[in-house]
Amino acid sequence: MQDDAIIKDAANDYKGESHVATTNACKLCTPLGATLAFKGVEGAIPFLHGSQGCATYMRRYIISHFREPMDIASSSLGEKNAIYGGGPNLKKGLLNAMQKYGAKLVGVATTCLTETIGDDVARILAEFREEFSDLPLAEVVHVSTPSYSGTHMDGFHGAVKALADQLCPGGMQDKAAPSGRVNLMPGMVSPADIRHLREICLGFGVTPTILPDYSETLDGPALLEYENIPSGGTSIAEIRAMSGSAASIELGRAITTQETAGSSLRDRFGVPLHRLGLPMGIRETDGLFNALKQISGNEPSRALSLERGRYIDSLVDGHKYVSGMRAVVYGEEDLVIGLTAFLAEVGVQPVLVATGAKNRGVAGHIEAACGEVLREMPIVREGVDFFDIVEEAGSLSPDILVGHSKGQKAARDWGIPLLRCGFPIHDRFGGQRMLHLGYRGAQSLFDRLVNIVLEKKQTDSDIGYGYL
Amino acid sequence: MTETATATREARPAIFEERKDQIHRIGSEPFSMACNRDSLAGAVSQRACVFCGSRVVLYPIADALHLVHGPIGCAAYTWDIRGALSSGPELHRLSFSTDLQELDVIFGGEKKLAKALDELIARHSPKAAFVYSTCIVGLIGDDLGAVCKAASLRHGIPVIPVQSEGFKGNKREGYQAACKAMRQLVGTGDISDISPLSVNIMGDFNLAGETWIIKRYLERMGIQVVAGITGDGRVDDLRRAHGAGLNMVQCSGSTQDLAKMMRDDFGIPFVRVSWIGIEDVAESLYAVADHFELKHPELASGLVERTAELVRDELSNLMPKLAEYRRDLEGKRAAVYVGGSFKAFSLVKAFRHLGMEVVIVGSQTGTEEDYRELAAICAPGTIVVDDANPLELSAFIKEKDVDIFVGGVKERPIAFKLGVGFCDHNHERKIALEGFEGMLNFAKEIHASVMSPIWRFVPRREFGLNKKDAEV
Repeated sequence: MQDDAIIKDAANDYKGESHVATTNACKLCTPLGATLAFKGVEGAIPFLHGSQGCATYMRRYIISHFREPMDIASSSLGEKNAIYGGGPNLKKGLLNAMQKYGAKLVGVATTCLTETIGDDVARILAEFREEFSDLPLAEVVHVSTPSYSGTHMDGFHGAVKALADQLCPGGMQDKAAPSGRVNLMPGMVSPADIRHLREICLGFGVTPTILPDYSETLDGPALLEYENIPSGGTSIAEIRAMSGSAASIELGRAITTQETAGSSLRDRFGVPLHRLGLPMGIRETDGLFNALKQISGNEPSRALSLERGRYIDSLVDGHKYVSGMRAVVYGEEDLVIGLTAFLAEVGVQPVLVATGAKNRGVAGHIEAACGEVLREMPIVREGVDFFDIVEEAGSLSPDILVGHSKGQKAARDWGIPLLRCGFPIHDRFGGQRMLHLGYRGAQSLFDRLVNIVLEKKQTDSDIGYGYL
Repeated sequence: MTETATATREARPAIFEERKDQIHRIGSEPFSMACNRDSLAGAVSQRACVFCGSRVVLYPIADALHLVHGPIGCAAYTWDIRGALSSGPELHRLSFSTDLQELDVIFGGEKKLAKALDELIARHSPKAAFVYSTCIVGLIGDDLGAVCKAASLRHGIPVIPVQSEGFKGNKREGYQAACKAMRQLVGTGDISDISPLSVNIMGDFNLAGETWIIKRYLERMGIQVVAGITGDGRVDDLRRAHGAGLNMVQCSGSTQDLAKMMRDDFGIPFVRVSWIGIEDVAESLYAVADHFELKHPELASGLVERTAELVRDELSNLMPKLAEYRRDLEGKRAAVYVGGSFKAFSLVKAFRHLGMEVVIVGSQTGTEEDYRELAAICAPGTIVVDDANPLELSAFIKEKDVDIFVGGVKERPIAFKLGVGFCDHNHERKIALEGFEGMLNFAKEIHASVMSPIWRFVPRREFGLNKKDAEV
C-alpha cells in the first residue's frame, strides 16, 4: 500500500520538473567554502562540527587542487552525539585544536548533521568561553553552513561575513581608529590571484586588508620545520581594524543581493563599499582600477599600466585564432560572469553559461558586465548539473569548454579542448598558481586559450605546420 | 586546568595525552596498544566515515547505479574518485545524488528518492541500484527500505539500501553495511556452469588493473574466477559468487564480513591473502593451490606444480630487475601509513627486497592483534601508530628522518612539505602495485621519488642535515 502511495505522490510532487536526480553536480557543499575562507586567517584552523567524514572528504578534495596540507579539525560526532547533542564534542575539539595546533582562531562551520539535530553553536560557544574562562582561549568564529542549503560559495561568503561580524562587533561607537587601509574581499579566487590583487593595490599606494588571504597558507614554500598551522593569512588584528578602513571593495557581481562582510561594515561602521565584478578581462579590471583611483586619488604605477597595453597588443596579435569560437562556460556564479566578460572581449561567443547555484540573477549580471561587447546573449542556466549542461550544450556545437576540471569528461566526449580555470583543478598541475584576475590574469588566460586552440589545430592537422 | 593553561600557548608536544596508548615504540616497552576507538575530536584524524567505507567497497561495481541519498557533498566528493577500472560498463564513474534541500529535510526525502530512482533506472538501465544513506537520512527517518523495495518491484531489478549514515561509526561499519548490501545479491544467480576449482577475488578494487593481474595468474593455474568483489565488479557476477569453491580475501576489513556470511550461508571457505610484495603474492597463490589439492585431489592434479612454475617464471623475470633498483635504495628509510593493516605487513616485507627499512608503520583501522604482529616483524625503535594525525606523522617523519612516505592523498602534502619522497598506495594511484609486476612498479615508483635530485634543494637537506652534521 505504502509502496503505491510513494509512486503516486512522487509523480504529483515533481510534475513539470524535467528531473529531480542530480548527476555530476556543478557545485560543492556549503561547509567546504567556509573551510577555505577560514584558511585565509593567520593562525586559524577550520573546524567542522559534524561527523568525521565531512572533514576528511573536503580535505582530500582541497588537497588534490592546492597540493598543500589542508588540516580541517572535526568534532567527530558519533551516534550518541547525534541523539544527545554535539556540544561536549565541540568543546573538547575546540580545546584540542587550540592546545595542540596552537590555533589563534578556530573557524567553526556546521554541517547538515549538526544543523538537523539542532545544535545551537552560538550558545555552546558561550558556554565554552564561560567554562574555560581561566584559560587564554583563542578566538572562535562560527558560521551556519547546512549542506542542504546553497552551495560552497554561500559557505565562503558566509564565513567572510562571520569573521567581519564577530571580530568587529558593535556599531559606530566601536569603530576602529582610521587606518587609511582598504578592505578587499576578493571572493573564492586562487592564491596567485590574491597575490596579484595585493600588488595592484600597492601599485596605487593603497595598503589592502585582504579577507580571506590564503595566498601563503595554501601555496607556501618548502619547509624545514612542519608548521602545525601554515604561516600567512590576514591577522586577527588586521581584521579587527577593518571597521576603521577608508573603504571596502567586494569582488563578485552575483553576491550583491546578499548581506555580506562589506555591507555589514558599511551599515554598522559607515565604511564605504564598492561592489565590483571579478576583475576579468579589460572592462571589469578597468572597474577595479577606477575604484582604486577614486579611493586613493592616485594613478596606477607604470608597471600596471603597461600590462594593460601589452594585453591589448596581444589581443591584436591573437584575435584571429579564436574569433567566432563558441564556448560553454560553467562554474561558480561570480566566476562564470567574469569569464563571460573575458571571452566576449576576445571575440569568443559564450553560447551557454551554467552554474550550480540558484537564483543569482546571472543573466542580468552578464548583461551589465559585458554590455554591447557581447554580440549575442548566451543561454544562461542556474541550478544545473553536468547532465543538464551536456544535454543543453549538445545542440549548440561548442568549440571549447571553459571551467574547472570536472568538465573534462564532456570535453573528451566531444573532442574539444577544455580551458581549465577556477577550482578545482584535479587533473592538471599548478591550479593554485593559476592567474585569472587583472590584465595580467587576462593575459595568462588568453595565452592559454590561444595555445590550446593552436595545439588542437596542430595535432588534428595531417601536415602539423611548423609555423602557426 | 592549570596544566591545560600552560599548554595552550607554550610547548605543544605532538602527541595528545588521550592518544599515547595508540602509539608504540618497538623495544622501548612491552607491547600494548589501544585501537578501534572513535577519533579524538579536534585532532584532524586521517579517517573517514561509515558512508566512505561503504562507498569504497561498492564503488567498483560498474554496471550498478550508485545513488547517494543526501545533500550534494557526499556525492560530489566521491565522483570518479578512484581508478576502479572496468572492462565494460562505466556507470560507476557517474555521481548520482538526490541533492536534498531544506524542504526535503523538513518534509522527508522519500518521494524525491523514489522519483530519482525512476528517472535514473529508466535512463541508465542498470543491473541493480545501491542507495546510500547519509547522516541526514539517518536523522530525518526516511524509510529507505520501503522506497527501495517499491522501486525494485516497479523496475524489476534489485534496488538495495546501504545503511551508511556517516556518523554511525567509522569506516569499518561502512564495510559491514556494504557487505550486507552485497549479500542480498549473492545466491540469486545460476551457478550450474561453474567449476569446483573456482574462486572469488575479494578485497581488491582494480584501482590500476590489479584484479586483472591476479585473474591472469589464477587462470594460468587453471582456476576459474567467478567474481571480482569488487574489482571490475558486475552485478551478475555477485549473484553467482556463491558458486565459487573458495573466497580469497584481501584487505583487513572491507570484504571479510561478506566472506564470513558466504561461509556460514553457503559453506564456502575463505583464505586471507595479500597481493602486495613477493612472498605474500606467492603464498597467496600457493594457498589456493593447496586448498584445491586437498579438497579436490581428483581435479587438481598438477595444480601445485603449475603454481610453482608460475612463481618461478615471474621471479626469474622480476628479481634481476629489482636488484638494479636495490643498488640505489639500500639503507634508505621508509614510513608506511595506510588504511588497512594488511597492506602495512606486506609493505614492510616488500621494502626489505629493496634493502630498505620501515621505521614508522601505522594504519587507520588496524586491530590490536594486527599491531602486535607488526611490532613483531619490524625492527626495534620502529614506531607503530593507530589512527594518526598530521601532527604526529610530521613529528615522526622528522624524528626518523625517512626518505619516503607511503600513504594516501591526505598524507602526501605532509611528506612533501617536509621534503620527503612519497608513494601513493591508495585510491589515487594509477600504477598497478599488486602482483609480481606490481612489485616491479612499486620499486620503480620508490626509486623515482627517492632518487630524484630535487631533495638536495629542500630545506631539510639543504640546511637541516648540514646543520646536524655541523653540530656533531
